[in-house]
Formats: sequence, structure tokens, C-alpha cells
Amino acid sequence: MENWIFHIQDSLVGLTAETGRPPVARFLSIPLLIGTFAGFFALTTWLERKALGRIQNRLGPNRVGPAGILQPAADGLKMIFKEDVVPRSADKIVHFLAPIILILPAFLAFSVIPYGRQLVPVHLDAGLLFFFAIGGTAELAVFMAGWSSRNKYAMLGAMRAIAQMISYEVPLLLSVVPVVMLSQSLSPAVIAAEQSGGFWHWHAATPWGIAAFLLFLTAALAESNRSPFDIPEAESEIIAGHMTEYSGFKYALFFLAEYLGLFAMSGLAVTLFLGSYHAPLPILDFLPGPFWFFGKFACLIALFIWIRGTLPRLRTDQLMSLAWKFMLPMTLAALAAAAVWFYADGGWLAWFLCPPCVAVPYWLLGRSSRRKKPAERVYRFAD
Amino acid sequence: MSVAFVFIALIALAGAAGAVFLRQIVHCVLCLAVAFIGVSMLYLQLGAQFLGFAQILIYFGAVTILILFAILLTRNSGPNLSESPFSTGYGIGLFVSGAVFACLVWAVRQASMIRQSTAVETEVSVQKIGERLMTEYVLPLEVVALLLTVAMIGAVTIAMKEAPEVNPADKPADKPSSPS
Repeated sequence: MENWIFHIQDSLVGLTAETGRPPVARFLSIPLLIGTFAGFFALTTWLERKALGRIQNRLGPNRVGPAGILQPAADGLKMIFKEDVVPRSADKIVHFLAPIILILPAFLAFSVIPYGRQLVPVHLDAGLLFFFAIGGTAELAVFMAGWSSRNKYAMLGAMRAIAQMISYEVPLLLSVVPVVMLSQSLSPAVIAAEQSGGFWHWHAATPWGIAAFLLFLTAALAESNRSPFDIPEAESEIIAGHMTEYSGFKYALFFLAEYLGLFAMSGLAVTLFLGSYHAPLPILDFLPGPFWFFGKFACLIALFIWIRGTLPRLRTDQLMSLAWKFMLPMTLAALAAAAVWFYADGGWLAWFLCPPCVAVPYWLLGRSSRRKKPAERVYRFAD
Repeated sequence: MSVAFVFIALIALAGAAGAVFLRQIVHCVLCLAVAFIGVSMLYLQLGAQFLGFAQILIYFGAVTILILFAILLTRNSGPNLSESPFSTGYGIGLFVSGAVFACLVWAVRQASMIRQSTAVETEVSVQKIGERLMTEYVLPLEVVALLLTVAMIGAVTIAMKEAPEVNPADKPADKPSSPS
């Protein structure tokens, strides 16, 4: 599969002049990326509703098409034909720009992820930095959405969402640092290439790697506002947060951006920790790289849906304590473990010294965060 | 001067002009964000990938949000149409900015790289920057780290003053965000 995609691209690029080839090759990957991940979005919404329905002992969508598979198409059509309501006192320009500024970086983030040995849309020396820099722009878009709506609930929801995203960006970035340290590169393509030859070469198969991987997954859940960290858009608590005053297709764009963020994080997790496009066993190498990449990717998505169906929501203050008091020290412990691993050269000594580096802080932090009795809450701003 | 440079410079300048002349202060901050993006594009055009992406990550992602939080937490952010956007002491401001600009022009013209008219085409890799930071420039790096830590402890101390009646569990939400 990898080869024929590459051949088609190659022959299309071959039609152009020598000087214009790299831009044309990049241009060709744009519709491919947008099509693939928009398709994944449609499929995931259906799968998620089906799976959540089963977890909650109901059927889920089953009216449109066989087993409800055409439900995303119906939802999309409904969203397009819905009236686009903009509040009269809203800041029209900023209100219009917010979903656009949110959706652009969400698509850009896919451009640095390697999907196969030859399938890297853009080679960047500092690709990881690009990924996180682009991801950081979402906060401003959320603020624009909340502020321009001129609605107290939208504004409060936006502030909550931004506080959460900024807090979890710190452990998210720090959990990636061990990988960068040990592979000595910021390029996702290089990090992916060095994990070849069986699952025991994957980064997640080391003590520091598994710790960093779990921390990364947790922070990624919070960063993309997924359950159990979905307080920014919890309908029962604060309506729909920063999206309160959006309707029709703009609301759908917010929804799409959220899922795209989740996909980008899953793609990066696969690239950094789960061996990217490499087969779990060397014998299975005859299957093409994208098959393995998207297989692992689908497993992560399924895990996220499962988590959403299982765990209850965290309260905002619990969410913040988790980020600052537990996740942040734990990422530093993973960093220390990676340093030990590096200097012990990955031998038996490393396997002996590395696990305590992660396990002891985990045990200590878990003990210290256990509260004897819940203190009385004071609502300072509600009086 | 290439077309790309003119385009990028226009974006940065338009953003900066918007930040100065617009009335609604939140609009000013959003325009400032556009100017930050323009500057980062300038770095990227010069082949400084690390600097360009760090500029987006820190200035567009963190500093803008910090400014917005500061505005929303300190003053009523309604548009003030009666006042002129220029402060009364703009003569002094003009003098200071002129002095800074002259100083920068002098420093740039002194730089040895400009003197040699051959364009220096060195793609600076992230690895090289990291090596330099950890060896030659390790002391400035440590000083900056210490400064940031002091600033953060100071901010937390200021925020702690009204602590007695507040539940300690609420504290981290009020904590000023560190530049991520």
C-alpha cells in the first residue's frame, strides 16, 4: 500500500518541472490528509456513539443506514442546514474567526507525523516543536470564542478550558522530553525510524517509556478536552462552555477540531512510544507501514472511547491538583529515569535502577495526595 | 528583498499597527498575536526553525494568553471611545523608542556578519543550539532559569496573601501559569 501511494505521488510529481517538485509533493499530501482524518472523524463519532450506547446498555444510533453507519452523514447535513445564529451583541469578526483559527492548526499538526517509511508529509528538523507550537494556538481560539460571544457562561467556560489546557500542556511537553533526550532528535521521522525490529525496541517497552507514555496519554486526554477531563464542555455543569453561542456549522467545526486534536495526539503517541509504522514482530514486516500505524492508532482511539464510557468527570479543582501536584512531579521522575537509563546504557543495571526511579515517586505522590477528610468548599466568587 | 519578506513584514507591521491604534483592548492583544506570528514567520524564512517555532509556542501560545488574563482580571475591558489612544506623554515615548531603534540600528551595523557581503548560509540545527546552550551559554541559561523561578515564587507569594479563608484545594487554579 505504501509503495503504490508513493508511486502515484511520484508519477504525479514527475509531471511537473524539476524545480517545482517539492512544493507539488507537499500540495498533493494536503487533500490526502484532510480526507483521511475527516473520514476518521465521521467514523469515530459513529463508533463512539455505538460503543457508549453498548456500555450504557442501549442501542446507540440505528436508524440511518445499516447499523446506523450513515448517522455521521445525516448529522453533517443537519449541521450545514441549521441556521447560523450570531448573538446581536457579539463581536462579529472575532466570533467568525475563532472556529477558523481553531481548525487550521488542528489540520497542520498532521503534517509532521510519519505514516510510513516514505509517508512523511513534511520533513522538519524541529517537527516535534512545530507540533506543540501549533497545538498551543488552540488556547487563543478558545479565548476568542468565549470572549466574542458576550456571554458570561461562554466566558467562564473559556477561562476554565484555557486554565486546563495551559496546566496540562506542561506535563504533556515534559513527558515527551525523555524520548527526545534518548533519541537525540526533535524530528518525528527520526524517532519513528529508530524503533524498528519488534515491540521490545519500542520506547513504551522501557520503564521510563511506559511511565512517559501513560503520562502523555493522560495529558493528551486533558489537552483535547476528552472525558474524564471534559469539564470545559460538560453540558450538565456549564452548558457547552466556550461553544455556548455557536450553532450550525461553526459548532460542528469546534467538534471537528476537538476530535482532530485527539487524533493528532494519538498519532504522536504512536510515533513516539509505540514504534510508529513498525510491525510488533520482525516476521510481520511484510505488511506495509501505514497498516501498522493506523492499526495502533485505531487501538488508541478505541481505548479513549472506552475510558470515556468508564470514568466519571473530574471536578475543576481536582483536575488542577492532578496536573500540578501529581502529573508534573511524575514527568520529572520519568525524566530522571530516562537519564539513569541513558547512563546505564540500557543494560541489566538500567533495568534494575530505572523502575524504582518511577515507582517510588508514584507511591509517595499517591500517598501524599490521599486526603483524610474532604475540606469544606468555599465559593469565593459566587457570594 | 524577496516577495516573501515583503509579505511577512507587511503582516507583522499591520499587526503591530493594529495593536497600537485599535480602541478595544482585547482586539489590540489579538493584533499583537498577529505581529508575533509575523515575527516567527520572519525567523522561519531565515531558516531558524527552532527560534521560529519557539516564538510561536511562547509568544503566541503563552504570552498572549498571559496578557489576556491580566487584562480580564484587572480592568473592565469595555471600549473606551472618549480617550485618545495616545497617552499624554507620548513625546517621551517617541524619544525612548527612537533611542532604542537608533541603538539597534547601530548594533546591527556594527555586527561583523553584515560587513562581509557574502550571504552566510548556515542551517543551524536544533542539536547545535542545544549543545551551545549546555556548554558555552550554560551560565546565562541558569541565570534565566533562576530569574523565572524567583518570579514564580513571588507571584505565588502575592497570591497566597488572601489564603486563610480559601480552601487549599482551590489554590492551583489561581496559580499563575508558568510559560509552557
